[in-house]
Amino acid sequence: MSTAPKSTGMSGSATPPLVLGAASQGPAPAGKPKFETRGMGFFYGSHQALTEINLLIPEKAVTALIGPSGCGKSTYLRSLNRMNDIIDGTRVTGSVLLDGEDIYAPDVDVVALRKRVGMVFQKSTPFPKSIFDNVAFGPRIGGLNKLSELKDLVEHCLKQAALWNEVKDRLRDSAMALSGGQQQRLCIARALATNPEVLLMDEPASALDPASTARIEDLIFELKQNYTIVIVTHNMQQAARISEFTGFFCLGRLVEVGQTKQMFTNPAEKETEDYITGRFG
Amino acid sequence: MSTPHDAYARSLRRRHLQAAAFGWVCSLATWFSVIILAVLLIAVTYRSVGWISWDFLTRFDSYRPQKAGIFAGLMGSFWLIGLTALFCVPVGVGAAIYLEEYAKPNWLTRVIQLNVSNLAGIPSIVFGMLGFTAFVRMFGLAQQQYILWLGFTHVKFTVPFGRSVISGALTLTLLSLPVVIIASQEALRSVPPSIRHAAYALGATKWQTIRAQVLPAALPGILTGVILALSRALGETAPLAVLGAATYITFAPGKKGLLQAPFDPFTAMPLQIYNWVDEIDRKFQNVAAAGIVVLLVALLLMNGSAIYIRHHFQKKIRW
Repeated sequence: MSTAPKSTGMSGSATPPLVLGAASQGPAPAGKPKFETRGMGFFYGSHQALTEINLLIPEKAVTALIGPSGCGKSTYLRSLNRMNDIIDGTRVTGSVLLDGEDIYAPDVDVVALRKRVGMVFQKSTPFPKSIFDNVAFGPRIGGLNKLSELKDLVEHCLKQAALWNEVKDRLRDSAMALSGGQQQRLCIARALATNPEVLLMDEPASALDPASTARIEDLIFELKQNYTIVIVTHNMQQAARISEFTGFFCLGRLVEVGQTKQMFTNPAEKETEDYITGRFG
Repeated sequence: MSTPHDAYARSLRRRHLQAAAFGWVCSLATWFSVIILAVLLIAVTYRSVGWISWDFLTRFDSYRPQKAGIFAGLMGSFWLIGLTALFCVPVGVGAAIYLEEYAKPNWLTRVIQLNVSNLAGIPSIVFGMLGFTAFVRMFGLAQQQYILWLGFTHVKFTVPFGRSVISGALTLTLLSLPVVIIASQEALRSVPPSIRHAAYALGATKWQTIRAQVLPAALPGILTGVILALSRALGETAPLAVLGAATYITFAPGKKGLLQAPFDPFTAMPLQIYNWVDEIDRKFQNVAAAGIVVLLVALLLMNGSAIYIRHHFQKKIRW
């Protein structure tokens, strides 16, 4: 296994292998990089979970992170909005830049960062409150209290999350009464309500049935017009269907990054090929 | 000659017998306590028949059993528990939030935790002695009268607090705090971490997360713990006896204004009952029985409200 990730389709370049380098192989990714990770390492206490991660995440596109369980892809995702800070004894080395600014710099306000970088978890986590209060929570803690504005915003976000038609008559009902797929879309609506720039999704459809999964995937497809999306998934087909770019993690390293199409048809690394074709992992 | 199949059939019969026997032992244990409680209730209620009346509830104590009433004890207990709740809830819940949400898991936190658990097991009479020294006497420091002007009225009180309602309430607060802290911690711990993470991920501060998500979710458990601790405090006799609460008193706290009530002398229902039981006149036994019924009804109302609150809030919260 190589220590530095190789970029698919990038021939003989000495520059750090980055997603954007794949431009010659296909349509150039829209816009500038949103996240830029340089030589990043991550530690749980003395255990190193991530080593030397170099990755560009392009703006307004879907980047999928794949890899076997325990490979560090979720850890990497959670480091993008500093959710790992909650766990005692974690440490980040190298740098993670959001719009060119290091999010681990000492003067960065984590609360403000998480407003910009929203997150949807694997297990849907609705608050034990009404559907309306769930979506309104983010704007409210941000200081928006005018009910008319909140109502408009909640409606807008529920529509964006393709949930509005199912819940518009029962916004005051408990969110816990929704089905699993509806709860997950509610969590997406809730994450959208803070008007984030980036949406991190940690296996958002892994606990859902195929129909709900399809809805979430359609939703992701819609959302990438306006948001930068990073999604961790165990589902190879899902990554192939919804993402423009894919990063393959293995044993705490980023083995390969590139355009999804390229990676799934002609991976540069043997490991990637073995994983994608189901020979391991 | 027995085949393996016979052995299995025999062991199956034995295992079914064991299962049935265990069920019987457990139901016996339950019914034993239920019957004892029922006998107690019936005996007390039987003795109190004819002695409980509106007059009994509204009259002060008397040397004549027919004239004795529980009003002073009822009002004393009411003020005592009200003030105890006032002191106990913010301190107890605050301490629980600190220990669960803020404190780093180091040796100091462990020492505090261990001490809280140990305090919950200390006999109440010890708290009575502590309360006597700390609040009634204030370690024998200078006696001073204060007049507090509140803009529209004034409150007169002495420091130390003497044998007043506030001394009793502060003592019962010390007694109830460990239970309230432990119950609140349990309630906070039962809120799934995923709820906290979801709030953090939306850009909530720690305080916003606790106030808007964690506390409401933990509230039923916290309230249940608080009410159970308070109903235990309501029945406490020993610490109040040690404090030297009045045994014969013919006025209720708050006679000279509600704000003055915390600094009035007082008696409480369990203390009043204890004194009636001790009277030479046998008829006071019936007065005591009537007092016990009143105390039990008050306890039942408190526990009932605890169950109602838990039920009411938990309907909304399901993980």
